[in-house]
Amino acid sequence: MKEIKVLGIGCARCQDTARLIEQVVGEMGVEARVTKDTRPEALVEYKVMSTPAVVIDDTLIHSGSMPKAEQVRQWFSD
Amino acid sequence: MLEIFNQLATLLVFTLAGLDPSTALGVAAHFFVASVTKIFALLLVLIYVLALLRASLDLERMRAFLAGRNRFFGYLMGSTFGAITPFCSCSSVPVFIGFTTARIPIGITMSFLITSPMINQVAIVLLWGLLGWQITLLYVAVGFAVGMLGGAFLDAIRAERWLQPFLAKAYAEASTDNVEAPERRRLSLKQRHEFARDETLEILRRVWKWVFIGVGLGAALYGFVPDDWVETHLADGAWWQVPLAVLMGIPLYTNITGVVPVMESLLLKGLPIGTTLAFCMSTVAASFPEFVLLKQVMQWRLLVIVFAMLLVSFTLIGWILNALGPLLSGMM
Repeated sequence: MKEIKVLGIGCARCQDTARLIEQVVGEMGVEARVTKDTRPEALVEYKVMSTPAVVIDDTLIHSGSMPKAEQVRQWFSD
Repeated sequence: MLEIFNQLATLLVFTLAGLDPSTALGVAAHFFVASVTKIFALLLVLIYVLALLRASLDLERMRAFLAGRNRFFGYLMGSTFGAITPFCSCSSVPVFIGFTTARIPIGITMSFLITSPMINQVAIVLLWGLLGWQITLLYVAVGFAVGMLGGAFLDAIRAERWLQPFLAKAYAEASTDNVEAPERRRLSLKQRHEFARDETLEILRRVWKWVFIGVGLGAALYGFVPDDWVETHLADGAWWQVPLAVLMGIPLYTNITGVVPVMESLLLKGLPIGTTLAFCMSTVAASFPEFVLLKQVMQWRLLVIVFAMLLVSFTLIGWILNALGPLLSGMM
């Protein structure tokens, strides 16, 4: 079970990102839980300074833009 | 070169649509069409070109550059980076946290955050296209002055005392030593093009409605407010008009895209330059939604200080420019 967090404070693209990941995960049949973390503390914790940012199992994997579907698929393909 | 948009509007509005240029509706429609076509053409070309140039400069590299700089240089660079970074209120909190945890003084961070909504490529495009280079330069100079002096003031009163506790703690523990600049990305022309294309589309998607709202308001003012009304009531630049304009600007939440066409029309109607700029800066930089977001990183006290500081600065600037007005208009 993968623990996926989308970090970002009330930005439209953060919600789009979470939705995209949910969709891709669903298509690929990966077991995962996607949550949004809007606490400012989370940005300090993961040293993020541009959102949306994506954390998978406590590792920061992406930040600063809405990822493309292709990229998201790659995160889960190995 | 920009005259072509007026001609296009004349063709569309007067010749094809058959509106009468001597009516308020005709004047407003002409203003609307000329401004909207001009703004979109300028935005498209200039955002793309600037993004091509800016493609390899990201926030992490700016942060590494700012960390550990001397103060004066820091404020200047903070404002400069704020000016060249496209502004989005959703990015202000992450930037604030990112800078603060790199132990960049809060004043330098605030120079960045104050300047960013006021000056950016969209603002410069619009000011230049609609109001000419003199007012553009004046606007940029004022934006830098407010950002840099505001930053210096906040450091002088030791504003970091009033950060939210989690951030104050992170700031105290931070050190500039472990801020590394990421490798400078070598970008191919194709990657630059892709970055510039994405950024242009992203910015246009965000601002297009503001262009219509702003130009619509500007056109309505221009067409329907009688020429002598502003002349009789506001053109003398009485001292109380500037703070009033600043206060009126606070609840009006728009971004710079929406405000420049309104500025154009106010200036054409004869509103003094100081009053106009004070109103616009207050609309753009002192907005409630922005401050509500910053509440996540600042305590109320600091938030109120920053807000008051901005209002006072805009008022002072308005007074100074109104006093200099006769001199300035000789230049323009």
